[in-house]
Amino acid sequence: MAKNEIDDVSGVETTGHEWDGIKELNNPLPRWWLWTFYACIIWAIGYVIYYPAIPLIEGSTMGISGVTNRSLLHEELTRVEASKASLVSRIDSTGLEDIRGNEELFRFAVAGGSSLYKVNCSQCHGSGAQGAPGYPNLNDDDWLWGGDLDSIYLTIKHGVRNVDDDDARQSEMPAFGDDVLEPVQIADVTQYVLQLSSQEHDATAAKSGAAIFAENCAVCHGDDGKGGREFGAPNLADALSLYGNTADTIATQIAKPKHGVMPAWGLKLTEAEVKQLTVYVHSLGGGEQAATQ
Amino acid sequence: MASDTNVETFDAEAVNAQHNRELYAARQKIHPKRASGSFRSLKWVIMAVTLGIYYITPWLRWDRGEFAPDQAVLIDMASRRFYFFFIDIWPHEFFFVAGMLVMAGIGLFLVTSTVGRAWCGYTCPQTVWVDLFLVVERFFEGDRNARIKLDAAPWTSAKIVKRTSKHVVWLLIAVATGGAWIFYFADAPTLLKDFVTGNAAFVAYATVGVLAAMTYVFGGLMREQVCTYMCPWPRIQAAMLDEHSLTVTYNDWRGEPRTRHAKKAIAAGESVGDCVDCNACVAVCPMGIDIRDGQQLECITCALCIDACDGVMEKIGRDKGLISYATLSTYNQNMALATGGAPGAGIQPQLVRPEGKLAAAVQHFNWRNVIRVRTAIYMVIYGAIGLGLLTALLMRSHLDVNVLHDRNPRFVQLSDGSIRNGYQIKILNMRTQPRSFRITLDGLDGATLKLEGSDLVQGGNGTLDVKANQLRNVRAFVTLSREAIAAKTTDFAFRVVDTTSADTVTANVRFEAPSGTGQ
Repeated sequence: MAKNEIDDVSGVETTGHEWDGIKELNNPLPRWWLWTFYACIIWAIGYVIYYPAIPLIEGSTMGISGVTNRSLLHEELTRVEASKASLVSRIDSTGLEDIRGNEELFRFAVAGGSSLYKVNCSQCHGSGAQGAPGYPNLNDDDWLWGGDLDSIYLTIKHGVRNVDDDDARQSEMPAFGDDVLEPVQIADVTQYVLQLSSQEHDATAAKSGAAIFAENCAVCHGDDGKGGREFGAPNLADALSLYGNTADTIATQIAKPKHGVMPAWGLKLTEAEVKQLTVYVHSLGGGEQAATQ
Repeated sequence: MASDTNVETFDAEAVNAQHNRELYAARQKIHPKRASGSFRSLKWVIMAVTLGIYYITPWLRWDRGEFAPDQAVLIDMASRRFYFFFIDIWPHEFFFVAGMLVMAGIGLFLVTSTVGRAWCGYTCPQTVWVDLFLVVERFFEGDRNARIKLDAAPWTSAKIVKRTSKHVVWLLIAVATGGAWIFYFADAPTLLKDFVTGNAAFVAYATVGVLAAMTYVFGGLMREQVCTYMCPWPRIQAAMLDEHSLTVTYNDWRGEPRTRHAKKAIAAGESVGDCVDCNACVAVCPMGIDIRDGQQLECITCALCIDACDGVMEKIGRDKGLISYATLSTYNQNMALATGGAPGAGIQPQLVRPEGKLAAAVQHFNWRNVIRVRTAIYMVIYGAIGLGLLTALLMRSHLDVNVLHDRNPRFVQLSDGSIRNGYQIKILNMRTQPRSFRITLDGLDGATLKLEGSDLVQGGNGTLDVKANQLRNVRAFVTLSREAIAAKTTDFAFRVVDTTSADTVTANVRFEAPSGTGQ
């Protein structure tokens, strides 16, 4: 190979390239740059051997480490589960009242219950537990089956009127529209129920309704209409109604009552999860103290 | 070359002198000679103080009670606190750190505009550690000439022993330096024990490793190259210096013409400057420059050449200060004096020292020059930021309350028709003592307040305990009977009162009711 021309001014060899009389000098790359470059190549080879790297038609080469983002995520989740394990087992072995009384367990239960709620419960009860017609509001102090920790726990664990759990809470209001009461009787009872919850009503109709109520409804809803939690019979004398408290909705509910169903979460969630949900729902503002024995 | 004075002349060449420098040149090793004199003494003191501060600070204790660490200076990353003696800074008070950094910047401007690159010459860690490493080098290998000889000598066992010992001690210093750093971030005694027994976190070992390597490479191997090539400050200083800033200056108005044969020259009737060209200033320079070339980027103004030259001047019975701290303005006046006022005329040293001593007309640095419009502005800014930060520090509250109104649902109707609103109250206790607070409602007549918390279940005495240095999150339910609701929205406030100190914070919030109520 012919020796390239040496530049007169700088004394540096030229590459032999020339454009419009300008010659390119053959100055070497800085050595530090070159060594960094070589180091990167060596690093890249090591990387390809160690990590999944080369894409194939399906998947990629796995490298000797087999470390993927998926496996890292799996490891991290396992680590999180492990870090929670002691708290979860304490929740398992601690009574609901004691969980509420222990700051650490209470915080853990409420935080865990809150996320469990969003995944499992919010579909019916609403993202803020505010409920909807037919789906109870969990924030208020009106409870169909009881609002102390144990009652909430049983409701969540076994559910309501489902066929999967033999211990599910069961109750059924008869359809009084099916040949039990005459339409006019239903209208009178409706007026009486409006009177119970201090709403505008027809006093005469309510008076005859009161007699019908005592005969047909008081068994479950009580003489004063305040309901009975052992049957899940709603309190009719308060400001809240599950299916609405207008004359229309009340009459419909008397004639052809709707019955909500709630799954037995004890079949799907772990014991600790049910307990966490219980403490969370209880903390929403309407939680009651257990009746003292 | 023999000299006719009794001054030792050094065969020293300024390896970084401008005429020696090419754009691409391998580094030539510098062998700074040990200097002695007032500036060297000052530098020993500053070195002892700065190194002392760095190594000892993490071991100082400061009692903060049982709820906070007792390390005087601690950057607690895990719980996000910065402790500095009686001050503890929370993350939201980071502006103190930002403000101090601004002050440090302004302080650097102030120092540079008055006394030049004093930071570089005396207190920069690079300078201090290079000085320390040079002490070690001198201890094992001797002073300048011995080191030059050793460099050139073949690898004998004696050389290997000297070199190895030097590098081992350097590495020990480097590890100690990196080691001291991590003690600022954790309890020092505990961390030291964990570190030695191999129980410390990986990041501790990694940090020590990286910092030790940096110390060893920067202080032992790279030295002046760090200042010349890596540090931005020499570039910035050009904009910081003015004609009243002190720089290390070779006063050529009295030094030139330099000669090693003064007697011969005087006998020949030639004019002779004070400089005997002994190269003492070049031999001591850690940056490898010749200060007689004038002020230059490489000069860190360590003033060792002043010490070296003053020693020589004393020996030959001349006034000290041939090389001195001087401003450009005094230098120019003296130069005008030396050239007889004629620009371009040669220097006539006899004009500045008519009777062998410096003339009265020679200008010296006047400390009053430190106060100038520019430095005054720096001082005002510096002082204003400092006072501002101090005021903020003294006035800051140690209690912070944040209340968030529930968005979903915004209100809840209860069975008796009353309306309840939910709130998330965050109480931040920034004291290192546990405190208990009483929460009351302000401006919402007839409302009842219920707090939700593990220790509040049984009613309690209505107070809320917040641990030392902690944030407590508590749910609050405010209920108002339907008759008491005056409007769809009512503004009111939570009043949080410390039960012992009466420290009070109010947080303004809003009570919401369904439309149709209260109208």
